[in-house]
Amino acid sequence: MNFEAHLPALQVVIPLLAAPLCFLLRQKSLAWLFSTIVTWLTFAVSVMLLAAVRENGPISYHLGGWEPPWGIEYYVDTLSALILVIVSGIGAVVMPFARISVEREVEAERIYVFYVMYLLCLTGLLGITITGDAFNLFVFLEISSLSSYVLISLGKDRRALTASFRYLIMGTIGATFYVIGIGALYMMTGTLNMADLATRLPELQKMEAALAFILVGLSLKLALFPLHLWLPNAYAFAPTVVTVFLAATATKVSVYAMIRIVYSVFGGTAFFDHVGIDETTMALGLIGMIAGSLVAIFQRNVKRLLAYSSISQIGYMMLGFSLGNVFGLAAAIVHIINHAIMKAAMFMAIGCATNQARVVSVDDLAGLGRRMPLTMAAMVVGCLSLIGVPLTVGFVSKWYLLRGAFEAGLWPIAFIIGLSGLLAVIYSWRLIEAAYFAKEPEGREEVHEAPPSMLIPLWILAGLCILLGTNASWTLDLAIDVATALIGPAGTGQGGGQ
Amino acid sequence: MIRREPVLRVSSKLFIPFIMLFGLYVQFHGDFGPGGGFQAGAIFAAAFVLHAIVFGVSETRRVAPPWLIRLVLAAGVLLYAGVGVASFFMGGNFLDYGVLDHHDPVHGQHLGILLVEAGVGLTVAGAMITIFLTFAACRIDGKPE
Repeated sequence: MNFEAHLPALQVVIPLLAAPLCFLLRQKSLAWLFSTIVTWLTFAVSVMLLAAVRENGPISYHLGGWEPPWGIEYYVDTLSALILVIVSGIGAVVMPFARISVEREVEAERIYVFYVMYLLCLTGLLGITITGDAFNLFVFLEISSLSSYVLISLGKDRRALTASFRYLIMGTIGATFYVIGIGALYMMTGTLNMADLATRLPELQKMEAALAFILVGLSLKLALFPLHLWLPNAYAFAPTVVTVFLAATATKVSVYAMIRIVYSVFGGTAFFDHVGIDETTMALGLIGMIAGSLVAIFQRNVKRLLAYSSISQIGYMMLGFSLGNVFGLAAAIVHIINHAIMKAAMFMAIGCATNQARVVSVDDLAGLGRRMPLTMAAMVVGCLSLIGVPLTVGFVSKWYLLRGAFEAGLWPIAFIIGLSGLLAVIYSWRLIEAAYFAKEPEGREEVHEAPPSMLIPLWILAGLCILLGTNASWTLDLAIDVATALIGPAGTGQGGGQ
Repeated sequence: MIRREPVLRVSSKLFIPFIMLFGLYVQFHGDFGPGGGFQAGAIFAAAFVLHAIVFGVSETRRVAPPWLIRLVLAAGVLLYAGVGVASFFMGGNFLDYGVLDHHDPVHGQHLGILLVEAGVGLTVAGAMITIFLTFAACRIDGKPE
């Protein structure tokens, strides 16, 4: 067996096979050890895939040996390889952190269920990213969604159940809309393979309805403002590990699916000119950027605050997506990666604080700056990235977003980006002020720094925030390559929204 | 639980083996006509549902203990993915059944789909039974029995 040739299948099959095995293991520390090994193996596969794609160009893998467009095709190009690396990377980094945190936040007899669902969720997210088949994407979307409903409902707080149920309803509507749209396209073209679909699409007037269903469905899954209502409670009441993982990967993979469908299947900018959906997504993205940050300022629960900040950050991605030029799209792609890293770091820092000092509301952070210096320092790095301070990853994506906006001739957007950044300063400052300047409450038990198994993953992510902020070209070059491949060389892309 | 209804008890005892047999028929007839793993699994699970309705959930739990159902659930997925992995090692792509038989790819395809559908059947039956018994074991106040 030629191992290299089967990498695309292994990417999905390894966690998929591991999930039932983990289900049979039952014993919680065994399940944890096994899942940790599996996630790191999955990460290794994705890194090898990225290297292979950079060296030899896109890889097409035919499942069951059936040629596309008849069979299901796995298609890995630089964009999907990049997203695979970030999803499996976060999935792997979270695992060492998970052992203690899960022990505390999930009922003992359900811990093995947690790891099974975690592996299945990872399978689904990787599958969405790797598949070149529009219906197969739906199947993986369902695998990842169903398992994430279970993951959220594992929180000990009873409100986790209602949050999970609400997400289930909204997520199911989203997935149904997507599959209705794909069904309509299949009726018109007779094919489900994305590359094949792109060549066979009928005139736009005939597929407006299909397109509307697909876009609304995906917008629900990626929590585009005003379809974000499921997100804050789901993030706030899920076990922290789940919040870290989902915040960093689930919505991002949906943004990827949106980019894939609109740019690869429907042909991107040319299509924007005909339909004008870019104006809609841009407007919603901009409103989301402001509204998300505004609401975040007034949150008391730390996880809810960060969840609303996620909604605002998704606005940035959708803005880049709808600018329709190379810089904008590259900013969206880079921001998928950057936001995954910084939000995972932030939630992980809060997770450490919750574990050591039962932090729920912002006020509970009081005095932790001295008690848990390393954790809180990582949180500050995350805050700086969210604001977009130079030398952090947040700056890189914002800078390219601005360049995209100027190239599209939309300079007022620059003000809105700046305003949203200012709002981010306010809510980040609330966290920093509480941690470093508020008086420690009296009568609290002695609080100690988090154990190394939690600090090391946290600082890997916080370190990446700075490393990828100072060496931006590592991710940025790839993203610009991808955007150029999807749109055409920089400068020639039409300004969207004009 | 229906303790005093001899007609129901006796007739369901008669029916249950035939329901299972019909499930197996649908499973293996999937090659030639309508049928296959999903439908077969659902029918097979229906036998357990009938058993639980007539004889009570705790009786059914004795026949189908949780560890067994869990094993069935996992075994189905493992069988499915295992066939895929086996086709790696025999020189094909993932789930390429053609390579499973060295002499005749058509036989390989037959064997592959048979095993994969068996996997689907196992998992569907296991999932249906688990879902039914979990809900049936809930008391009205929501606490487990």
